Amino acid sequence: MSQSSAEHAVVWPSNGISQVPFRVYTDQDQYAREQERLFKGQTWNYLCLTVELTKPGDYVSTTVGETAVIVVRDAKGAINAFVNRCIHRGNLLCLEPRGNVKAFSCIYHGWVYNLGGQLTGVAFEHGVQRQGGMPAEFRKEEHTLQPLRVAELGGLVFGTFSDATPDLETWLGADVTRGLLRVMNRTPHILGRNTQVLPNNWKLYFENVKDTYHASILHLFLTTFRINRLTMPGGIFINRDGGNHYSYAKLDYAAEDAEYQNAHLRSDSEFRLEDNSVVESVDEYGDGVSVQILTIMPGMVLQQVRNTIAVRVIRPRGIDKTELEWIHIGFDTDDEAMTERRLRQGNLIGPAGYIAMEDGFIGGFVQRALHYNDEGAGIVMMGGHDADSQTFRASEAAIRGFWKHYRALMGE
Amino acid sequence: MSMDIRQGIHDLIGDYAERIDEDRLEEWPDLFGDPCRYLVISRSNFEAGMKQGIMYAATKGMMLDRVFSIRRANLFEPHRYRHVIGPIRVKSVEANVAVVHSHFMVARIMQEGATTLFATGRYLDRIDVSTTPFRFQERIVVLDSDKIDTLLAIPL
Repeated sequence: MSQSSAEHAVVWPSNGISQVPFRVYTDQDQYAREQERLFKGQTWNYLCLTVELTKPGDYVSTTVGETAVIVVRDAKGAINAFVNRCIHRGNLLCLEPRGNVKAFSCIYHGWVYNLGGQLTGVAFEHGVQRQGGMPAEFRKEEHTLQPLRVAELGGLVFGTFSDATPDLETWLGADVTRGLLRVMNRTPHILGRNTQVLPNNWKLYFENVKDTYHASILHLFLTTFRINRLTMPGGIFINRDGGNHYSYAKLDYAAEDAEYQNAHLRSDSEFRLEDNSVVESVDEYGDGVSVQILTIMPGMVLQQVRNTIAVRVIRPRGIDKTELEWIHIGFDTDDEAMTERRLRQGNLIGPAGYIAMEDGFIGGFVQRALHYNDEGAGIVMMGGHDADSQTFRASEAAIRGFWKHYRALMGE
Repeated sequence: MSMDIRQGIHDLIGDYAERIDEDRLEEWPDLFGDPCRYLVISRSNFEAGMKQGIMYAATKGMMLDRVFSIRRANLFEPHRYRHVIGPIRVKSVEANVAVVHSHFMVARIMQEGATTLFATGRYLDRIDVSTTPFRFQERIVVLDSDKIDTLLAIPL
């Protein structure tokens, strides 16, 4: 499906952000530039949770875009990140997803790096029986693994390849920083991870998460069981660059509770849940917000959907393949009942989620429709042409924010 | 262990695969007691002692809601499964509860015909052998892979 040629370039119809050329989802050159300018450019990428790196030597091996990266806590307690590639012959240095090491040692030729990424050992550096060995001018201390800058916020660890990326909180913007810290206000632990392989370009999923317009149309679960009617107004905050955002909606928890109590009296609805525990929620943040979806450019989502908290990481794997990892989170304050509540509500999200399942295939349907039929541009005009924060949610403003930031970073 | 118990276990496990693969999902919850535990979880989560799975039911009501949602609420590209059940190992029978492990492979057949190997793994069952026919108290579906292709709509 990939095409690349001068005649098949991505051409934007205007300088605006409310019309998006379909070729951004199908063009191989575009995909390659995204790796350089978005994932390795001036963006902060999610790496892991701080609690995954408690002791010196604890590491996580992950990816930023397509690039393999190691994140590790060193002996001084600092968190370092570098590209998972031996400087010698380019071999993958770290093969396990997580663990604890004293140093990173390449299996190919035994080159060794300390937890700061500094080269400390070269097998047979001085040769064997005084024959061979590295030239005299080769100095180990002049060689390090390619580093990323690292920042932490709310128990989440981020990395950037670029020296020019502003500090994390400035880059996120005040609103998105506040939204992140609202959810991550206690010490988290991981309840489990799931990865969904999506048959579509990564941007189609990221746009879907930023799309507050589709939720009540594509996802019929809540309306079928008449659960969502008590939803009260919310809003959308979008940062100045446009790529970071959060949307939220409040819920009248007390009224919903009363509704459940009276469920057996209900006669106006033919459909009701046999077991309400999949949606029975508590107002754990004390502010009445039942849904908050937060996105960070270019590929992270932090969600609160009732009492399900999750980080979603969007990993491009080719123009028409994306891996979506769900990292389900609980907190140190959770008692047994809260954990069980989160697990039962876990049916709402993830690859089998009652209100997430459709997002798994919809991008693939778009991708199929674009197959050798990718001329023209899509329309993203709900709520106007700008990417400003809004007090209503029937809007595509956050999608436009994505394209605003995208075009700036890509230089298009 | 009597041949009757062994036969009853085989019947239950076969019945389970048949009801799902022949699209008799409405009869799927009847194979479980109430309360019960049905959990689809990856091996890496399971072996790390993590509790979050992909699909979870703790009551027959939750299973009925899952079936109703598949039929009436959720949208997905129509497809069926074909289960192939491998060796069935009865690990123990104590106090009318049999602990049974079996292997499975599930092919997914899309409406337009594409057939792929969708999931492999183990069923870890606790089966109540005091009723006739036998019923699952617990069925943990441990998936070998961490990855699910596109989505999981129909129970495994």
